[in-house]
Amino acid sequence: MPKMTFPAQFEFLDEIREFVAEIAREGGFTEKEVYALQLAADEAATNIIEHAYEGVSDADFDVTCDMRGDTLTITMRDVGKPFNPSNVKLPNLKADLSERKIGGLGLYLMRKLMDEVHYISNPRTGNLLTMTKRRM
Amino acid sequence: MEVTTQEFKHCDLIAVKGRVDSSTAPAFSKALEKSNEKGHFKIAVDMSGLEYMSSAGFRALLASQRNCKRYNRGELVLVAVPVRIREALELAGFTELFRTFDDSITAVGSF
Repeated sequence: MPKMTFPAQFEFLDEIREFVAEIAREGGFTEKEVYALQLAADEAATNIIEHAYEGVSDADFDVTCDMRGDTLTITMRDVGKPFNPSNVKLPNLKADLSERKIGGLGLYLMRKLMDEVHYISNPRTGNLLTMTKRRM
Repeated sequence: MEVTTQEFKHCDLIAVKGRVDSSTAPAFSKALEKSNEKGHFKIAVDMSGLEYMSSAGFRALLASQRNCKRYNRGELVLVAVPVRIREALELAGFTELFRTFDDSITAVGSF
C-alpha cells in the first residue's frame, strides 16, 4: 500500500495533494472527484499540522492511499494531541456574514466530500484518521 | 500562488493565481489587507487563474468581506470563479456571502 511520511508543515500540502491525486487518477476517479479527494486530504492534513501538532516544529505524520476495487481509502496517522471530532462544533452555514465562524469548516468539508470519515484516538498509538470514497 | 493588485478609480482588482492553501493563504490575506489599509474597501477578486483553494482561502475571503462591508463602506466580489472552486464554496455555504461576476470588466464596472 502506498505510504508516505510528511513533515508537519503547510509547505508540504502540495505534495500530499499530488500523492492523493496520482493514486486517485490511476484508480479511475473523475477530475471532479480527484479535486474533492485533494481538498479532503488537504483539510485533514491542515488540521493535523494546525491542531494535533500545535506548537511542535519537528513533527511528521504518515499518509497512506490505497485503491481497492472502486474505493479509495486515505489514512493519516499522527502522534500529536488527541483529537475527538465530537468536540468540533458544526459550522452554521445559515449564519450571516457577521456571525459566520470558520472553525470546524475543514472537518465539515471532509465529511461532505468523502463517503466516510472516522477518527480513532489512542494515547499509545496516536490519532488515526480513515476516509473512504467510492468512485462514481 | 501569485497575487497582483491593480488599482482602478472605483475599486481594486486583485488577481489570484495558482493554489491557495494554508501555506499560501497568508500572502493572499496580506494582499487583501493591503487594499484595506489604503482605505480601499471595494475589491474584486479575479479567480480566473486559480487552480485550487482550500478553506484557508475561504477564511481569508470571509475576513476581508467582513472588513469591506463594515460601516457600509464597500464590498468584496468574486470574478470568474472556476467550477471546482465554486462547488467547494457552495458546500461551505459561502456562495451567498459574495456576489459573483463572469468577467472583471463587469465586476469593476459594478462599483
